Amino acid sequence: MNAVFFICGFIAIVFVLFISIYLIISGLPAIREIGLVDFLFGTEWASTAAEPKFGILPFILTSIYGTCGAILLGVPVGFMTAVFLAKVAPPKLAAVVRPAVDLLAGIPSVVYGLIGMMVLVPAVRKAFDLPDGASLFCAIIVLAIMILPSIISVSETALKAVPPEYEEASLALGATHIETVFRVSVPAASSGIAAAVVLGIGRAIGEAMAIIMVAGNVANMPSLFSSVRFLTTAVASEMAYASGLQRQALYSIALVLFIFIMIINIALNTLLKRKKG
Amino acid sequence: MKKVFSLLLSLTMVMALLAGCGGDTTTDTADDSTTDTADTTETTELSGTVNTNGSTSMEDVMGTLIEAFKEVQPGVTVNYTGSGSGAGITGAQEGTCDIGLASRDLKEDETGVSQITVAKDGIAIIVNPENPVSDLSIEQIAALATGATANWSEVGGNDAEVVFMGREAGSGTRDGFESITGTEEACVYQNEYTSTGEVVAGVASNPNAIGYASLSAVEGDDTVKILTVGGVAPSEETVLDGTYEIQRNFNFIINDSTALSDAAQAFVDWATSTEASDLIAGAGAVPVAE
Repeated sequence: MNAVFFICGFIAIVFVLFISIYLIISGLPAIREIGLVDFLFGTEWASTAAEPKFGILPFILTSIYGTCGAILLGVPVGFMTAVFLAKVAPPKLAAVVRPAVDLLAGIPSVVYGLIGMMVLVPAVRKAFDLPDGASLFCAIIVLAIMILPSIISVSETALKAVPPEYEEASLALGATHIETVFRVSVPAASSGIAAAVVLGIGRAIGEAMAIIMVAGNVANMPSLFSSVRFLTTAVASEMAYASGLQRQALYSIALVLFIFIMIINIALNTLLKRKKG
Repeated sequence: MKKVFSLLLSLTMVMALLAGCGGDTTTDTADDSTTDTADTTETTELSGTVNTNGSTSMEDVMGTLIEAFKEVQPGVTVNYTGSGSGAGITGAQEGTCDIGLASRDLKEDETGVSQITVAKDGIAIIVNPENPVSDLSIEQIAALATGATANWSEVGGNDAEVVFMGREAGSGTRDGFESITGTEEACVYQNEYTSTGEVVAGVASNPNAIGYASLSAVEGDDTVKILTVGGVAPSEETVLDGTYEIQRNFNFIINDSTALSDAAQAFVDWATSTEASDLIAGAGAVPVAE
């Protein structure tokens, strides 16, 4: 039986290693040819031009801004929903809200994109009187909604895992229910909530399908209401037709994205370890 | 008990869904094929698989051709993967597919392969139905695409900012549009979509939008308005006789050094013969076989 466990564990490691090595091998040649500084800090992307330019700073900044925006909008809502579900809501109401949240998690990203494209983009265009609605702003809203379920369910689990003795002690000392939730339960669950936030960051930075449909996909330097391209969508939108150095550069973008996600994971691990220590 | 019931319920729903789909496709195939190909079955029976890969613009044409070819050669399975003209040409060069599909002509540096034109396709210039503009010259279209004309009032439209939508770098439709209008590397896009359908949806949802799409994909679509170019409306006749200027070729890309399998050769011969003309026209493109 032990051998089965060993093999299963090994499979995951093999895939991670394979993908890492493959990305590094196929991502490095283009970076070497373009030059690391020109690649990372170049502000112009024109992959099929006669004199191609491969600067991915617009994509990097867009991904960072987009993820930060989604976190700013999504985390407060998600956190409050989790507190509500775990500590405040009457059981009957929670029994309605919880499946709805789970359902939100089950909606495929392409559906988010489609509805974003057909409803959100025209609505944003009208609301802000823009020539076109497809923008960083729409992408942030879609991402914020998409990261809600993971933030809610992970934070809720963390809040529920707080030993009831803590809360009972707080209540016995005369604190109100809400004081107990925010002064005792939330601090006790803080590492779990931090994990939820990082999970949200991970999902937001890695999402491609939904935002490719609402962000406009033009390689502009990001601003809130302009058409932008993320790291993920840069790979996804051009891969189908790419060839030569363009294709290699797309691998390099994937490598940059991969490194970003690695950094997030390492940050998460050190964060959790420090909390425990 | 509840669980079992709900499981059963969802199973029946899925079954009903699947049954619905299945029914539709079978009737479609029967309708399509009986009329066109009844008289061609006397050729020798072939078997095998033909993999075609390339232009997404050719999806409609390939879908119709593949469906009908099942009647001509029941033993041959033709597969289509829509990955883009560039990928189709690379696939033919590297031998990863039997027939590459490209909605543009080969470039000089794309060697080792040759092209067979199966059809021509007009690229339609589309605007939102609310837009009063209905005719533009190629120069006006180029100016709108490059941002030289930034307001619709300059070409006789409403006082509103022009929103130019198109396809991503490398797309055959984009390449076709930009080379015909002479706007390579100069287009200022507000939106770069990865499929024709998205461009149409984007233009349909924005009253100030202008975009381009395969004529075959937008013909008869009343969510967008197809413009006349220099007074000529895009249609089969105007594309074939060349009066509609924004048009391109749909090509099969064949590797020069490896011979096609019998099955692939049969498909190419049949697709470029007059037998397939009606099918190609039915899919919205313009057949070139005479």
